[in-house]
Amino acid sequence: MEFFEQLIIPKFNYWIYVILMMIGMRAMIAKNNLVKKLIGMAIFQTAIILFYVSIGVKEGANIPILDHHMMPGEIHGGDPVVVAEFANPLPHVLMLTAIVVGVATLGLALAMSQKIYRAYGTLEEDDILSQIKLEPND
Amino acid sequence: MIPAFDIILLVFLVVTSVIALRVRDLLAASMVFGIYSFLICLLWAEMTAVDVAFTEAAVGAGVSTVIMVATVYQTARRSKD
Amino acid sequence: MKGLALFAVAFTGALLLYATGDFPDWGSLDSPANGGELSTHYIKEVRKETEVPNIVTAVLADYRGFDTMFETVVVFVAGIAIIAVLRDFGNGSRGYPPALANNLPEEPDLIVTQTCNLVIPVLQIFALYVLAHGHHSPGGGFQGGVMLGASYILIALANGVEAAMKILSERKILLMAATGILIYSGTGLVCLLLGENFLDYHVLSRILPTDPIMARSHAMLFVETGVAFTVTAVMFSIYANLATRGTLKGGL
Repeated sequence: MEFFEQLIIPKFNYWIYVILMMIGMRAMIAKNNLVKKLIGMAIFQTAIILFYVSIGVKEGANIPILDHHMMPGEIHGGDPVVVAEFANPLPHVLMLTAIVVGVATLGLALAMSQKIYRAYGTLEEDDILSQIKLEPND
Repeated sequence: MIPAFDIILLVFLVVTSVIALRVRDLLAASMVFGIYSFLICLLWAEMTAVDVAFTEAAVGAGVSTVIMVATVYQTARRSKD
Repeated sequence: MKGLALFAVAFTGALLLYATGDFPDWGSLDSPANGGELSTHYIKEVRKETEVPNIVTAVLADYRGFDTMFETVVVFVAGIAIIAVLRDFGNGSRGYPPALANNLPEEPDLIVTQTCNLVIPVLQIFALYVLAHGHHSPGGGFQGGVMLGASYILIALANGVEAAMKILSERKILLMAATGILIYSGTGLVCLLLGENFLDYHVLSRILPTDPIMARSHAMLFVETGVAFTVTAVMFSIYANLATRGTLKGGL
């Protein structure tokens, strides 16, 4: 029981992220279908993004948006800001752009798989490889 | 952070990711991947990363599912594994 | 091959699981990332330096503006690359037909079309609100841009890609995407011309009728607008090209 309390419970989220990462990595290596490989890549990517965002979590903290009575100036009030009350904004910023870039690169990968389908008539990796081997090298 | 909600979401994440990779119908796989993205979005909202959750709701659960369905429509629907 | 893959994955996973023991506890306040000087500075000083309540927007568009600018460029380049990959420039591909194509009804469904026509104006107004209100609530250029792009995708889903292309033709898409980056880098360049560093917005108070702090706040809106232009155009362009194999005719 002590093992659970010390090792599993505080790190439970990290363990799940590693499991998700491994599911995605195994799909990227071992799956035969190109679209399945891309789904695996997207799962791998979200696992890494989850890991980054969870670095910025603070116990009992609020979302990183200041209340208006904390803003400076006479009409607002200028209450003091306690750093421990707000989640760390830096990982959020980095990962927000990573998600949008991720969908653009996913679109590029899907475009390439469409091009491969047009050339070989299949999305299965082994079929494509056998067709490439059958062609004469020129 | 709410521990019970957190654990339920994480378990569902693993389940949906395994289903998305095991199901042989690629259209179903793309839709299950959309569910996966939406669960991720809930997890981020729960981790107080609201901006990231907003982006994921628009991008992951919306646009990336749609472009994956478009690709499945333009290629083959069945997968061998 | 499959056994080897399983071994490699299990080995990497075991190493990573072993490494989780060294991580700081979940949500700890004094971990290197949370207790560090940088995030503390952002949380404490953002209200005095920029007067923007949403710290994420302030860091995204101001403190780390250079990073965001090149992320936008990556999105732009990916959009161009998708057109370059998919468009048939007449160099002879064999052209296997898709398995599912040509079994959709020709006429768009009445209920779907009417519902989308009702939803789209609301969606576009909300996207503009998200873009403009990103300083005070979750949102900003990326989110607003993606939602605006999604509204055009909805037009294409309901009425066909050709109908959507009449509203936002490919020439307009490319112009919009390039204009977004031009707005972003142009804001930085104006700062440079006024004698400060690239993307150092406070010097814009010389040409805007505001003080240096509010100039930073307003310049963030400019660059977020640029981001929204590029993201809108590229998201719609990705869908339109992927759904029609790059021909922009027929399709899903």
